[in-house]
Amino acid sequence: MSKHADKQIKLLLVDDEKGFVDVIAKRMSKRNIDVTKAYSGTEALKALRMTDFDVAVLDLKMEDMDGIEILKLFKKIVPDLPVIMLTGHGSEAAARDGIKFGAFDYLTKPCDFEELIVKIKEAYQHQI
Amino acid sequence: MAPAKNKNNGYYRLLTRKMILTIIIVSFTPMILVSSFILYQFRISYHEKLQAHLKELVLKQKQNIDSFLKEKLGDIRFLAETFCCEELSDESFLQDRLEMLQQEFGPVFVDLGVVNERGIQVAYAGPFRLGKAIYADADWFKQAMISKYFISDVFLGLRGLPHFIVTVRDNWKGELWILRATIDFVAFNTLVQNIRIGETGFAYILNREGELQTKPFFDLTPRKKPYRDFLKIKEDDPQKVHMIEKKDESGKKNIYVAAFLKNGDWLLVYQQNARDAYLDLNRAIGIAIIIVLLGAFGIIFTAVILSKRMVNRIVMADEEKDMMNKQIIETGKLASVGKLAAGIAHEINNPVAIMVEEAGWIKDLLEDEEFRESENLDEFERALKQIKTQGQRCKEITHKLLSFARKTDSRIQETEINDVIDEIVALSEQRAKYGKISIHTDFQKDLPSTYLAQSEMQQVLLNLINNAIDAMENEGGTLDISTRLDSDAIVIQVADDGPGIPESNLPRIFEPFFTTKPVGKGTGLGLSICYGIIQKMGGEITVDSIVDSGTTFRIRLPVKGPPER
Repeated sequence: MSKHADKQIKLLLVDDEKGFVDVIAKRMSKRNIDVTKAYSGTEALKALRMTDFDVAVLDLKMEDMDGIEILKLFKKIVPDLPVIMLTGHGSEAAARDGIKFGAFDYLTKPCDFEELIVKIKEAYQHQI
Repeated sequence: MAPAKNKNNGYYRLLTRKMILTIIIVSFTPMILVSSFILYQFRISYHEKLQAHLKELVLKQKQNIDSFLKEKLGDIRFLAETFCCEELSDESFLQDRLEMLQQEFGPVFVDLGVVNERGIQVAYAGPFRLGKAIYADADWFKQAMISKYFISDVFLGLRGLPHFIVTVRDNWKGELWILRATIDFVAFNTLVQNIRIGETGFAYILNREGELQTKPFFDLTPRKKPYRDFLKIKEDDPQKVHMIEKKDESGKKNIYVAAFLKNGDWLLVYQQNARDAYLDLNRAIGIAIIIVLLGAFGIIFTAVILSKRMVNRIVMADEEKDMMNKQIIETGKLASVGKLAAGIAHEINNPVAIMVEEAGWIKDLLEDEEFRESENLDEFERALKQIKTQGQRCKEITHKLLSFARKTDSRIQETEINDVIDEIVALSEQRAKYGKISIHTDFQKDLPSTYLAQSEMQQVLLNLINNAIDAMENEGGTLDISTRLDSDAIVIQVADDGPGIPESNLPRIFEPFFTTKPVGKGTGLGLSICYGIIQKMGGEITVDSIVDSGTTFRIRLPVKGPPER
């Protein structure tokens, strides 16, 4: 996978685990993905209103808002935005609910980085 | 399951005793009250009836005897009043009269005699040679001269045989004379002797001096008490019958019924041993007492058996309740541990993910030109790979914990037995490793899923595996866990090659509170709870064990569909 081959993907990464968001953002930018970081649901919604994103990665378990509620709002604001959900192990039921509400796919945390990249690219392709 | 001997034994013994006592009191009280009341009433009325009967009998006999005497006296009076002294003084005439009387009344009249006022028998008809006999000094003669009619006491007289006489005094030409007749003692005696009731009831006649006037059926000493008491009675009402119950000299209680005869000169006494008189009553009371005793024995027997059975049931119910409580506590503990584990797993996941990603970031950076030439590049890459591998390991551990926690749910749900075993084995592996025990699993791949409470299944498996590890901890060993489908049932086998269970303990290992572990180490509830859980699931758990060779637990679970709602 060449980092300059494709058009830069604009990604919204939503997770309240700051350390995780920061390192993932750094690694993604090295792979030609433009990451906008959001540490809470509110920040994510703000960012979504300001910028157009190709893909969003959303942690279902955050302190300020329920992941599914954020997903619903996402879909209201940008119905076409593919959303990849991150769930804790054993919360697959919530993730399956997310699919029902229009999420693109889900991964269980902690997920393999390369797998996440593959999923993001799939979602991006799907969106085009 | 045999009732366990535990500290509650005293309580159950007390309960048994209380139940027995209550049943006995509740049953005995009415039985004894009713029987005593009935017996008491029966006894009183029986006594009254018997006394009335005896009084009636004596009164009737008294009337019989009185009328006998009156009749005889009447006969003699008739002779004396019909014929004059001169006629009767003719011995052949007198003989004719005697024969006539004997023809009329039988041999009751023994002889007839005419006695003048000087006491000389002027004429005599009868079997004895008593002509011209002198009675001037005889008691009877003296009394006969005083009253117009006289019946003597029984005496021996000149003939030397017991007899009594009836006399009528009359006047002939200014001179008193007496017609006397001897009454056959045997005939008279028979009248009285015939009164016989039971074995000891008999009658006799006494005069005022307490001398026997008839020959009693049994020997007696009439001058002693209680006859004297009767003789002291002054007759007021000739129809009156007296009755007393007294002990005689030999200490036996007797009933005495007496009535005066012959205008109070004689006393007719009927005497019967009280025991004999009340024989029927006593027999009835005896039978009643035997019945009551048998009933009492029956009640006691039933009370003991019933109470023991009931208490045994209570013991069993209490034990079951106890076991269920323990099981609930154990299940609760497992659920708490599960929740705790899940919490920890979630918390650990994030830092581990960050660590792994940071390592990934370093790896990304190492790909830049400036680091490519570094002499330690290989070593960096090895370290990063190691971080990734260990991160992956952490992930697996937390996943296992989370899977375990998810199944601490006691709801019945679709379950893959192999998965449940896998998770438990994963959790136990570390402990097994410390004890040099290797766990081998051999699962049948296409086992059907079944519906059960996963937390309970976890508890059973954890128990069996922990027991096996406990048993092999010192020496090390192998634990083989396998599953297979046998017709409609899933068979889980947990086999160790530890020290085994002695044959004497085998039948008891599923009993509650049975343990061979040191005090404080085991409650003795583990296997009994397993037994209870598997039974509840409709399955069975069995054990085979050979000392020094190993123990195998086999669980047979029916494959079940979803529970009906």
